[in-house]
Amino acid sequence: MKNLIPELVILLSSFSLLITGVFSKTFNKIINYIIIVLLAALIFVVYFNFASSVTLFGNSYTIDPLSNFMKTLVLISVLFTMLISNTYLERLKIAKFEYPIILLLSTLGMFVMISANNLIVFYLGLELQSLCLYVLAAINTKSLKSSEAGLKYFVLGSLSSGLLLYGCSLVYGFTGSVDYSEIAKVATEQSGALKFGLVFILCGIAFKISAVPFHMWSPDVYEGSPTSVTTFFAMAPKVAAIAALIKFLNVPYANFISEWRTIVIVLSIASMFLGAVAAIGQSNLKRLMAYSSIGHVGFILAGLAIATPQSLSAVLVYLVIYVFMNIGVFACIMSLNRNGVYFENISDLSGLSKHHPLIAICLTILTFSLAGIPPLAGFFAKFYIFLAIIQQKIYYLAVVGLLSAVIAAFYYLRIIKVIYFDAAKESYEKNSNYGIKFSLIFSTVVILFYFIDPSTLNTIVESITKNIK
Amino acid sequence: MIEITLAHYLFLSASIFTLGVFGIFVNRKNVIVILMSIELILLSVNINMVAFSVYLQNITGQIFTLFILTVAAAEAAIGLAILVVFFRNRGSIQVEDINSMKG
Repeated sequence: MKNLIPELVILLSSFSLLITGVFSKTFNKIINYIIIVLLAALIFVVYFNFASSVTLFGNSYTIDPLSNFMKTLVLISVLFTMLISNTYLERLKIAKFEYPIILLLSTLGMFVMISANNLIVFYLGLELQSLCLYVLAAINTKSLKSSEAGLKYFVLGSLSSGLLLYGCSLVYGFTGSVDYSEIAKVATEQSGALKFGLVFILCGIAFKISAVPFHMWSPDVYEGSPTSVTTFFAMAPKVAAIAALIKFLNVPYANFISEWRTIVIVLSIASMFLGAVAAIGQSNLKRLMAYSSIGHVGFILAGLAIATPQSLSAVLVYLVIYVFMNIGVFACIMSLNRNGVYFENISDLSGLSKHHPLIAICLTILTFSLAGIPPLAGFFAKFYIFLAIIQQKIYYLAVVGLLSAVIAAFYYLRIIKVIYFDAAKESYEKNSNYGIKFSLIFSTVVILFYFIDPSTLNTIVESITKNIK
Repeated sequence: MIEITLAHYLFLSASIFTLGVFGIFVNRKNVIVILMSIELILLSVNINMVAFSVYLQNITGQIFTLFILTVAAAEAAIGLAILVVFFRNRGSIQVEDINSMKG
C-alpha cells in the first residue's frame, strides 16, 4: 500500500481539486501553487521508497528502482513545467483551473505506463496519458494554431494507439496471455506472429516518442501548442514512453533481441539523421526544439538497441540530462515577451546578449550542451552512449551518430551567432517571475557543473540497470 | 456450409483494420470520416480479441475488449470536442483546410 502512495495521492487530489475548482471562483490563482507543493512532496515520497521492489494486483503492476527513477524524472519535468508556465498562462488568458489538473491526470497515466507489467495496464496508462495530452495541445481554444495542433495530435495519436492495440491483440492471441512474464516464457518457442505483434507495438511506441518515420506530428504539435504545453510534451511523455519501451523490450521480448535490435537501430539512425538535417531550415524555435528532440530520441534509441546494462545506464543518464536541457531552453523561450506578446522565432533572439546578458549566457551554455560540446553535460550524455555502442562493436551506429551530432552542431551554433552577433532589437520585458529565473539558473548550473561529479548519478543508474532482466 | 474458423475472424479483422488505416491516409475530404476510421481500427482489434479469447478458452481477451470499448468512447468524445474547437476557429472541417502550419 505504501508503494502506491504517489499514484493514489495524484488521483485523489486531482478529483478533489476538480470539485473545489467548480465551486470556488478564486481558485485559479492558488491551484498552481497547491500542485507545485504537491509535486515537490511527491518527489520526496518516491525518493524515500526508491529501493522498494514489489509487484501488485496479480503481477500486473511493478514498482522497482527503475520505475521509481523514471517517476522521479517525470515528476521533475511536470514540476518545472508548472514553475515556468505561471505568468505565460495568465498572459494568454488560459489560466483555467482545469489546466494543471489535466497535467496531473496525464502524470498519473505516465506513472501507470511506467509501472505496467501487463498489456492491459500498459494500454490504459498510455491512453490516460495521451487523452490528456490531446486536450492540453488544444487548450488555447481561441487560437487556430493550438486547436489545429490538438486535432493533428489527436488523429495521429489515436492511429498510433490503434496500431499498438492491434499488436497487443496479436501478442495476446499467439501467447494466450497479456502478462509480461508469461509472454516471456512462451515467446521462446515459436515466433512468426509474435514478430508481427512486436512490430505493431514498436510502431505505436515510436509514435509516442516521435522517432522517425513516425515523427511527422511532432513539429506541428510543438509549434501550435502553447509554449507551456510544448515544454511538457518535450519532456514527460518521452520519459514515460522510453521507460515503457525499456521494460517492453527487455522483459516480454528479451528472447527476441536479435529481431528488435535491427528495428530499433533503423529507427535510431533515421531519427538521429533527420533530427540533424531537417532542423537546419527552421526559423521557429519551438519547431527547432521538436527536431532537436527527434535527434536526441535517436541517440536514446541507439542506447536501447545495444541493450547491455551499460548502455541502459547511458540511456537513463541521457534522459536526465535531456530533461534538464529542455527545462532551461524552454524557460528562455518563455521569457521572450514584450507587451504581452510572446516571441518564438530564432531571429527574435538577436540582441539578447546586450539587453539580457543572464538569459543569453544561460541559453548559450544550454545550446552548447544540446550540441554536445565538452565539458557540458550534453557531451557526457552522448559520450556514454557511444562508449556502450563501441564496446559492442557496432561501429556504423557510432559513425552515423557522430556525423549527425556534427551536422546538428551547425544549427545550435547558429542560435549562438544570432544571440551575440546579429543587430540588436528592442529589449524584452525584464523578468519578474521567480519560477522562470529559478528554473533557468538551476538547469544551467546542473548542465554546467555536471562534470564535477558524474559518479553520483552513474552509481544510482548502474544499481538500477543491473537488475532489469 | 463452411465452418467459420479462427482464420476467418482474423482475416475479417485485418481487412477492417486496413480499411481504417487507409481511411485515415487516403481520405482527403472530411475530418469526421477520419474519426470513423479510428473507430474502425479499434473495433477491428475488438474482433481480434474476442476471436482469440474464444479460441483460447481464455477470458482475458474479452476483458481487454471491454476496456478498449470504454477507451474508444472517451477517445471519440475528446476527438469531437477538439474538432468543435477547431471548427469555431477555422470555420471548416475539411482535411485540406488543416494547413496553418507547414515545414
